[in-house]
Amino acid sequence: MDGAFVIETIIKILIVLGLFSALAGFGTYVERKVLAFMQRRLGPMHVGPYGLLQVLADGIKLFTKEDFIPKGANRVIFMIAPVITAATAFIAMAAIPMFPEFTLGGYTVKPIISDINVGLLFVLGVMATGLYGPLLAGMASQNKWSILGAARTAIQFLSYEVVTGLSVLAPVMIVGSLSLIDFNNYQAGGVSDWLLWKQPVAFVLFLIAGFAETNRTPFDLLEHEAEVISGYATEYSGMRWGMFFIGEYANMFTLGFLASLIFLGGFNDLWFIPGAIAILLKVFFIFFFLLWTRASWPHVRPDQLMWLCWKVLMPIAVINVVVTGIVMMF
Amino acid sequence: MSGLEQFKDRNVSQNYYKVKIEPYPKTPWEKFKRVVKRTFKLELFVGLKITLLEMIRFNIHTIQYPKEKLPIAPRYRAVHKLLRLLESGTERCIGCGLCEKICIANCIRIDTKVDEFGRKVPTEYTINFGRCIFCGYCAEVCPELAIVHGPDYENASEQRAHFALKEDMLTPLDKLKEQKEFPGFGAPTPAADQLIKKTPLAY
Repeated sequence: MDGAFVIETIIKILIVLGLFSALAGFGTYVERKVLAFMQRRLGPMHVGPYGLLQVLADGIKLFTKEDFIPKGANRVIFMIAPVITAATAFIAMAAIPMFPEFTLGGYTVKPIISDINVGLLFVLGVMATGLYGPLLAGMASQNKWSILGAARTAIQFLSYEVVTGLSVLAPVMIVGSLSLIDFNNYQAGGVSDWLLWKQPVAFVLFLIAGFAETNRTPFDLLEHEAEVISGYATEYSGMRWGMFFIGEYANMFTLGFLASLIFLGGFNDLWFIPGAIAILLKVFFIFFFLLWTRASWPHVRPDQLMWLCWKVLMPIAVINVVVTGIVMMF
Repeated sequence: MSGLEQFKDRNVSQNYYKVKIEPYPKTPWEKFKRVVKRTFKLELFVGLKITLLEMIRFNIHTIQYPKEKLPIAPRYRAVHKLLRLLESGTERCIGCGLCEKICIANCIRIDTKVDEFGRKVPTEYTINFGRCIFCGYCAEVCPELAIVHGPDYENASEQRAHFALKEDMLTPLDKLKEQKEFPGFGAPTPAADQLIKKTPLAY
């Protein structure tokens, strides 16, 4: 292992950490604006031009707020839980190829921190580990709402994880690899090569499970304000709460990258659009779609989520895998 | 007068829109049929279409309050004003004390004196806004249209008494040109002259 590799990796890690922390903050601004426009409001307008500096104001508020740990809470777990959510969200990005390779001053840069051959498995596994954050936070908080949130985390985790795994199994069978770069190279031949056309059912299932995985609105059971105050995050304040938030938004971007890489052609050139911009467009469309659904759809009950995942989506996913296998065999 | 007829219609139920509710499915087969129907009718995308159209139409209803303000109704009853006579600039108030008498919250106090021209004028005129219920009786009873309700509803201050002193409510002499006739309670309607009928001396 030479020095250049170590330095390159450290620079990449710092870029991913800094960029996605900032993007998470900017994501809150975009979310508030998009939701506002869809509800005929203006959203944040007062801090900076068009409210652009609202993110900064929120950051100052989060950092300077009192870090409160309730009496009777399990202090150690209470303090560690948000770190798990934020850390796993960033670790998951380690195996995601964000952009095509490019040359910088005669030096070829691969925009992926670690090109492991089981990239997809790694990303999904680490993202799933992230749900330990809400689970432990809710159980350590000594609060009834928090424990309800933690219980909902557990059932949500049990429900969607099966669907996620089974839905990506069919594309994995077609590509024959778990590396996300192989996925990308498989779809190099333009729009007609996208796995979306070969696996539309898997794409829909993956997106639905992704909503549950990132804890977004049709399945935002963990901290649904109208029912369980703030769920697992009831007792959290200041930057610990902020870390849950950064984790959630980083997960949304990870989901966007995953869906673009597996189903939507990844960072291959799209007509006249260069690959780097093409994947950004795809990721931001999926990010926008997550916000769009939040403005449009009501959320489901926990039992409806379990019903949906176990009785509808999982059988469809299994049938999809079987049909894919039969088609591949002949 | 006929323009007001539409406001007299109290039958508000006439425009009710009745929502069609399908019968709730009872058997598992009916439930299954409903799921399939909802899935393939793409009901979810109807909702998405509505929100997207709202976003594209950009029909924003937000009033950015300190910068933008909605017009208030002409008969709105905010903090009181004491008006002056437009020609001479003397106060309209003749110190009759009717407003003090009619005030049901008992919040108006007047001190009067007889000035050098032999006219009765108020020396002090205060309203306790901690008690005032903004009913508008004082403006309605005033025979000289002297005490009226102003349009200033942004009454934030450290003390309520700050709005209640006579010099705060009275139109300043240099602003006399800007004094507007109050169209609200007690004011004559625009067609008042035509509506006046002479009282016959004898039937």
